[in-house]
Amino acid sequence: MTIDKNTVARIANLARIRLTEEEQNTMAKEFQGILSWVDQLQEVNTDNIPPLTSVVEITLPLREDKVTDGGYADDILANAPKQAAGFFVVPKVVE
Amino acid sequence: MSSLLELTLAQALDGLKTKKFTATELTNDYIKATEKCRGLNAYIVETPELALKQAKESDARYANGTARPLDGMPLGIKDLFCTDNVQTTAGSNILRGFKPQYESTVTSQLFRDGAVMLGKLNLDEFAMGSANITSAYGNVINPWSGADPVNAARKLVPGGSSGGSAAAVSARCAIAATGTDTGGSIRQPAAFSGITGIKPTYGRCSRWGIVAYASSLDQAGPMTRDVRDAAIMLRSMAGYDAKDSTSVNRPVPNYLDAIEGGIAGLRIGIPKEYRVDGMPAEIETLWQQGIKMLQDAGAEIVDISLPHTKYALATYYIVATAECSSNLARYDGVRFGEREIGKNLNEMYENTRAKGFGAEVRRRIMLGTYVLSAGYYDAYYLKGQKVRNCIARDFGQAFKQCDAILTPTAPSDAFAIGEKQDDPVKMWLNDVFTVPVNLAGLPAMSLPVGLSANKLPLGLQIIGRPFDESTVLGIGAALEAAAGFKHVPPFHA
Repeated sequence: MTIDKNTVARIANLARIRLTEEEQNTMAKEFQGILSWVDQLQEVNTDNIPPLTSVVEITLPLREDKVTDGGYADDILANAPKQAAGFFVVPKVVE
Repeated sequence: MSSLLELTLAQALDGLKTKKFTATELTNDYIKATEKCRGLNAYIVETPELALKQAKESDARYANGTARPLDGMPLGIKDLFCTDNVQTTAGSNILRGFKPQYESTVTSQLFRDGAVMLGKLNLDEFAMGSANITSAYGNVINPWSGADPVNAARKLVPGGSSGGSAAAVSARCAIAATGTDTGGSIRQPAAFSGITGIKPTYGRCSRWGIVAYASSLDQAGPMTRDVRDAAIMLRSMAGYDAKDSTSVNRPVPNYLDAIEGGIAGLRIGIPKEYRVDGMPAEIETLWQQGIKMLQDAGAEIVDISLPHTKYALATYYIVATAECSSNLARYDGVRFGEREIGKNLNEMYENTRAKGFGAEVRRRIMLGTYVLSAGYYDAYYLKGQKVRNCIARDFGQAFKQCDAILTPTAPSDAFAIGEKQDDPVKMWLNDVFTVPVNLAGLPAMSLPVGLSANKLPLGLQIIGRPFDESTVLGIGAALEAAAGFKHVPPFHA
């Protein structure tokens, strides 16, 4: 498989990382190398093997659906790059 | 006594109990040590005022007979653990200035047990790296580089990602440190720096409040001078935590009992697949010496096979990058960290993340996004999870024949900053012996066993059954006693 600059640009958009043209070219080359290395996994016969999603043999615990935490908005906002009146501030989203 | 810095954690606890010195004296010596070692760049932030305040509280508890298991022990904390109101960066620009308003479970347990915090230790950005050369706060230098490491001709890496932790413990500017291990980040730097480090079973230590890299692989563990210290510190770090849904509710044993027991009759597996192309002969020799030492201590040696070992790295780089692309989506410049403005919300995200993340982190987020993207999910991510199962099953089969496994920790001794940087895959090969353990969620420890021809430390790794840290520590203690590794780096405080 060939990884071209356009593929890299599409992935960068999905990942929300701005890349320059030059960075896209470099990353396309790196991806090519990495993915051809990763392709060795196709040798492994996994026909009857289920995917491993957790190494811990536990069922995720359930708890009662009630508020158990909270009430410290100031702490949550303490590291915000921009905040006002108890809210996070972002650029205008709706025109 | 020549210097308090020479004491292991166990010896220092003993000295405090018998009132040979005070916690404040010990902490003061370590604060001076952190100053002397600044050239190594092991600490991102030093917290001497906090340390002295905590030490004073420890002294009060020793005076009134209420001392706790780690009272007065000056630790370094990897800067991946959120610490209340103390900057936590994960080695990244995107978290520059971030001061969590809460304490991670593991550090809160260490403080509950009386530990003193000297500061936050440098690491590869978001724990992604094997050499501590991807930190936004600069490279960490291995104290084994020479008597004047900063000006050494070959400045060696301490390993990574817990490079600051390894360098600090090795150079004696922390009595012990916390580390985290996603693919070898405790064990490989421990091996490169001549110290001991254990990655516990997945689920043993809470991940709550640790900046996430790959959530199904990440585990915290201690990095210490010796096996006894690791046993003491692990007991404080481990334990069930309702705030981590994968934390396992099992009693935490007193690991010190385990290191007294001896290893007579234990079966030690030797996997034939852990001989890789281009591995230096001295690594093989060290491994054979380790095998002999355990045999002499009464263990039975068993040949085992872990047939899918060669696929572990490629599997890791699918699973870990996929999880990282998801975990690191939270760095959007909205709730914490640095923001870079843009014309609209999307541009703000893109600019913030382009500026905030370094090259290796961007590479892994991109790779993870790719393997999870429509059309490639089955071919990469699902395939990776299936091969991961094969790797985990290999260990399950092996543990029918043996009680623990002995391997080298890393395929070489410490390399120099700048080496292996031309190709990402070449750097990733460092983790060839450590990564399979994370994929299977097993406990494993590295400890120093000998020196290379370059007079650098080499480590061996002991892998155990799930939740059997006790056996791992017991074998570690036997190997440590037989190896008698007493070397210290040419530079230390």
